[in-house]
Amino acid sequence: MSNVVSALNGVSRSGIAVVEETGLRGMVTVRGDLASKAMGKALKDVIGAGVPEVRQISSGDKGAVAWMSPDELLVICDHGAADEVVAALNAALAGAHVLVVNVSDARAVFKVSGQSARDVIAKVAPVDLAPEAFEVGMMRRTRFAQVPAAFWMNANESFEVICFRSVAQYVFDLLAVASAEGSEVGFFN
Amino acid sequence: MSTRLATGGRLLNKGKQLRFSFNGKQFTGFEGDTLASALLANDQLMMGRSFKYHRPRGPVASGAEEPNALVNLGKGGQFEPNQRATTTELFNGLTCESQNHWPSLEFDVGAVNNYMTRFFPAGFYYKTFMFPRAAWKHVFEPIVRQSAGLGKVPKDRDADSYEHFYAFVDVVIVGGGVAGLQAAKAAGLSGAKVLLMEQTAHWGGRSMVDGGEVDGQPVSDYVDALVAELEAMENVTLRNRMMGAGVYDHGYVLGYERTRDHTPNAKGPRHRLWRIRAKQIVTATGAIERPLSFAGNDIPGVMLASAIRDYVVDYGVSIGDRTVVVTNNDDAYRTAIAIKQAGLEVPVILDARAGGGGALADAARALGIRVENGKGIAKVKGGKRVTSVAICAQAGEGAVLEEIKCDAVAMSGGWSPVVHLWSHCGGKLTWDDAQAHFRPDPSRPPTSHDGEAFVLVAGSANGYLDLAQGVKDAHEAGKAAAKAAGFTATRKAAPKAAESPEAAMEPVWLMPQGAGPELRIKTWLDYQNDVKVSDVRLAAQEGYESVEHTKRYTTLGMASDQGKLSNINGLATLAGQLNAPIPAVGTTTFRPPYTPISMGSIAGEARGEVFQPLRRTPIHEWHEEQKAFFEPVGHWRRPYCYPRKGESHAEAVKREILQTRNSVGMLDASTLGKIIVKGPDAGKFLDMLYTNMMSNLKPGRCRYGLMCNENGFLMDDGVVARIDENTFLCHTTTGGAEHIHGWMEDWLQCEWWDWQVFTANVTEQYAQIAIVGPNARKVLEKLGGDMDISKEGLTFMGWKDGKIGDFDARAYRISFSGELSYEIAVPASQGRAFWDAILEAGEEFGIMPYGTEALHVMRAEKGFIMIGDETDGTVIPQDLNMQWAISKKKEDFLGKRAQTRPHMASPERWKLVGLETVDGSVIPDGAYAIASGENANGQRNTQGRVTSTYYSPTLDRGIAMGLVYHGPDRMGEVIEFNKVDGGTVEAKIVDPVFYDKDGEKQNV
Amino acid sequence: MLTLQCPYCGVWAEETELHAEGEAHLKRFGPGSDDEAFEAYLFMRENPKGVHFERWRHSNGCGKFFHAARSTTTLEVFGTYPAQTLEPPQEIKDKISAKYPGWSWREFA
Repeated sequence: MSNVVSALNGVSRSGIAVVEETGLRGMVTVRGDLASKAMGKALKDVIGAGVPEVRQISSGDKGAVAWMSPDELLVICDHGAADEVVAALNAALAGAHVLVVNVSDARAVFKVSGQSARDVIAKVAPVDLAPEAFEVGMMRRTRFAQVPAAFWMNANESFEVICFRSVAQYVFDLLAVASAEGSEVGFFN
Repeated sequence: MSTRLATGGRLLNKGKQLRFSFNGKQFTGFEGDTLASALLANDQLMMGRSFKYHRPRGPVASGAEEPNALVNLGKGGQFEPNQRATTTELFNGLTCESQNHWPSLEFDVGAVNNYMTRFFPAGFYYKTFMFPRAAWKHVFEPIVRQSAGLGKVPKDRDADSYEHFYAFVDVVIVGGGVAGLQAAKAAGLSGAKVLLMEQTAHWGGRSMVDGGEVDGQPVSDYVDALVAELEAMENVTLRNRMMGAGVYDHGYVLGYERTRDHTPNAKGPRHRLWRIRAKQIVTATGAIERPLSFAGNDIPGVMLASAIRDYVVDYGVSIGDRTVVVTNNDDAYRTAIAIKQAGLEVPVILDARAGGGGALADAARALGIRVENGKGIAKVKGGKRVTSVAICAQAGEGAVLEEIKCDAVAMSGGWSPVVHLWSHCGGKLTWDDAQAHFRPDPSRPPTSHDGEAFVLVAGSANGYLDLAQGVKDAHEAGKAAAKAAGFTATRKAAPKAAESPEAAMEPVWLMPQGAGPELRIKTWLDYQNDVKVSDVRLAAQEGYESVEHTKRYTTLGMASDQGKLSNINGLATLAGQLNAPIPAVGTTTFRPPYTPISMGSIAGEARGEVFQPLRRTPIHEWHEEQKAFFEPVGHWRRPYCYPRKGESHAEAVKREILQTRNSVGMLDASTLGKIIVKGPDAGKFLDMLYTNMMSNLKPGRCRYGLMCNENGFLMDDGVVARIDENTFLCHTTTGGAEHIHGWMEDWLQCEWWDWQVFTANVTEQYAQIAIVGPNARKVLEKLGGDMDISKEGLTFMGWKDGKIGDFDARAYRISFSGELSYEIAVPASQGRAFWDAILEAGEEFGIMPYGTEALHVMRAEKGFIMIGDETDGTVIPQDLNMQWAISKKKEDFLGKRAQTRPHMASPERWKLVGLETVDGSVIPDGAYAIASGENANGQRNTQGRVTSTYYSPTLDRGIAMGLVYHGPDRMGEVIEFNKVDGGTVEAKIVDPVFYDKDGEKQNV
Repeated sequence: MLTLQCPYCGVWAEETELHAEGEAHLKRFGPGSDDEAFEAYLFMRENPKGVHFERWRHSNGCGKFFHAARSTTTLEVFGTYPAQTLEPPQEIKDKISAKYPGWSWREFA
């Protein structure tokens, strides 16, 4: 497909942090028994990552796996690979009671990076963003102001944020306001 | 004259002069001034007028408790009324105006109220504007409105930005005085994460003015060292210009940070509202001095003794050349000494206590100041400023002993701890007889989620007015907070401060104690709202025994200062009149915020583009480019119609419908909810959720279903597609997607948790486009692909996966219009391209996008119901003659039991019919069918109501659906509906399917 | 504003992450039930002053429904526990008994 577009066409804004839409990302919702051996093996085989601990995100050579709820994971991969991941996981988990579905296009992905990235997230989410409380490898589902969202850190001073595609513009505007020039809070450093 | 002194001014940077204007007049001040100190330095003592009597008002205080010195601050988008001059930091170019007067501060017409004082007693409004009734609306209210309110309402959009910030700490300390700093150190040494906030720009609080020694050094040096030490601690954060606005459940604290008020042109948010969760909170909020109640205590120049001291020491400003000090405690002597040391006169100190003061009194006498024990003020004389005081015996009724010329009066009625934050979340108070004030009762603290106390109090806020005691108390409070937050408290001992023994204060609630009515009517309690001792006494006489009632009757403490100065004095006055002890009368409730916070800070980022989330489909941009007229559907914005140049909305809707019926139209249906339900028990589960049977649906087929809640009422509807043996895809209404998904999860998680079913809300994964009309198939065929969408290849109520053109598509052959119709779902990322492709392929057929109104009209022409139109939460499927969609085979489904309740099964319920107006007009929305007679309330009886009503372009006449009493049995009968203008319109009861009754068009 | 710990994901969630879902431990009555039992199921609620059991959903989070035992007067939370149970855990009942000896709530005490 040629005209495949993300919600906001890769828009970006820079202030006390850089906020950018990362473009399309493959995402697959997996619901099932997270403790089962089959699940662990399927993820290892398909993504190269293990089942993450509660509120963690694990990564492998073909993507990452985020803990969403006690019976739900979100597999993150290349956009073009999502359908293959669905097929591979379905095949690997054949016979088990699971739901594997491509949700790549249901969401938008943003990156918030820079020295004040923690400040920006802490302005919109009721979550402790102190370095000792939130670090690389953690995953948090919460709300960003008025909409549900989730985020994790992919590096120091760099967050990835996902939200529903329909509110991508709202979340971008929100993050842009929260990262306006001169709005450093300075609480985390 | 109030003026700038040659020396002093602890907080000033005299090297930096600032220009500002007040009521159009240009003044100068220094960096470090507050607006109040700068105005006083320019002899601008009068800063406003009071609310009710328009009396001249100057500042009484020097901080947050100030009731009088309120100004309209700023201009245009930065204008804000009711700003306290005492807490407004001066900046270059500040402009402000005084409030509540016309035409000018000096000459105010409203001041006539002042001469009518006797005719405006407590409860005046309640008593006066009663009769005649009609006069309220036409005479009283317009006049009252004209004169109501203090400042002006801002007219321009707020030019500043605001934000919230979520912070999580172990210990929050509110107040950056010596107690707060000491508590922060004690807590910080334990390793706890500490956030200390101070509402002013300065650390140290009162101690910096009042002096004293801690650990053998002057308290100001001690404070400086302490601040430096705290700043170096990694686990401690100090924020000034940040007020602890409120304490709430489970350790929630609001911090109101005024980041840019003092530098209004700097980048960044003006205010930041900190939404803090703390394990423990220490309030070290200090104490507020009380005024004394004597006649004329509201005349400009009469101020709190501590405030006069602050202006001298902090800002190098003298309020007058001759200041009479009147007190019931030793602290006010500090003011007399400070004034004297600044080289100004204190003609007399009037100490209401017969026994007089202690060491401080001796020090004052040693400076040559005359001290009169057992004396008080009978009356202050003056108009726009004090000219003299008449002295009397405190024990008497006010016989004048002597008149002393002066231009300022420093008064002190004792100190009240700032217990607000302790009380916000339920902390109780105890009456301290010795100091005549309420202080926190440590045995009745506010409690948190674990049932344990979460607020501690430190220093003078805890009733420890003495520096030595206060510092020790704060150290212990800091340790206790750290311990309660799970840390090991420091073993370091509290610093030692020199005690300065003072003679006991003696409560004075009226001066002189026997003051008669003539004096009481001039004795103010609440300066801003003009409540006097006489008003509270009157309220008590009229039976207002509860302090909460008295407050509302007299408006005592209801002004923007919320009674910080007046409440205790008013309470004592009420208690005296009721002959009850003060604690028995109790206080009014302390509610957050401590002082008013800006509306902007409450809204935070939620303004302009981010006021509310707007949900957009993948095709939204196209709709905007076409200048579609949008309507809100939940948080979505959906095109209502696509008007062309010169076209009205009605004309656009008509065009869209006719083109769809005659050729082909297209609709962005992406907003429809789509939920995947999968598992071995998915069929069984859907059988419980829907009124009809879903488990016997064949893969590849679709079925329309109804969902009811447990009350039996119709809640949602939509088409269910069976994807494979274990998997269903349920369409919901646009507004219902999240709710229905939650509803499914609720039953799966909480009732049938042993059923093997998973759900996923995939609403936004797809762009869904309906292609509708006799030429729909031709458009799809033109797009090509590998899908057989012929009449036989994809039959009505079937679905298929495959390629349409290049697109990964799932085609549902379903129809909500009665036409040949396909709803095609493609991944959202391909949505816009697919839309464009359809437009191009449909061009030769004149394809037109249609909006939600055309959708509504076309479904009404077919008699299809719409959730929210035909249903309103009281309608069951049986009311809509949808028995065909209610399974009789199923033993159970949600709502089944309720539908057997007598009222639900009653044949008397209104039922759905079609309605055709006799004259072809459109029945008004929501019209009721009237019946003969009236009900018990004298209203016309009704026999039905309209649920959907439209002009049908297809039939060129008004059509409607409605719920009518015995409707289906009354086909052909004509009934009357009321109209907005009072007339009626006649309509014939008909079958609700107006168009293509046999459903031939959708089956081609 | 309350904070409750979600028993599924462990987050101490403030109320804005949660959605209140009414009274806990309702027993469903379906077809065949008598009018009184059905009415009680649909409409009759404890609405107590004091100890109460509620349903909450971590809606802006892991999406799970859970139960909370708390006092409606002091807002003390005695515990949260998963939705897949017909009665409060003994440990939580003990905690309540320590604070409110002799408490009862519907059939629980």
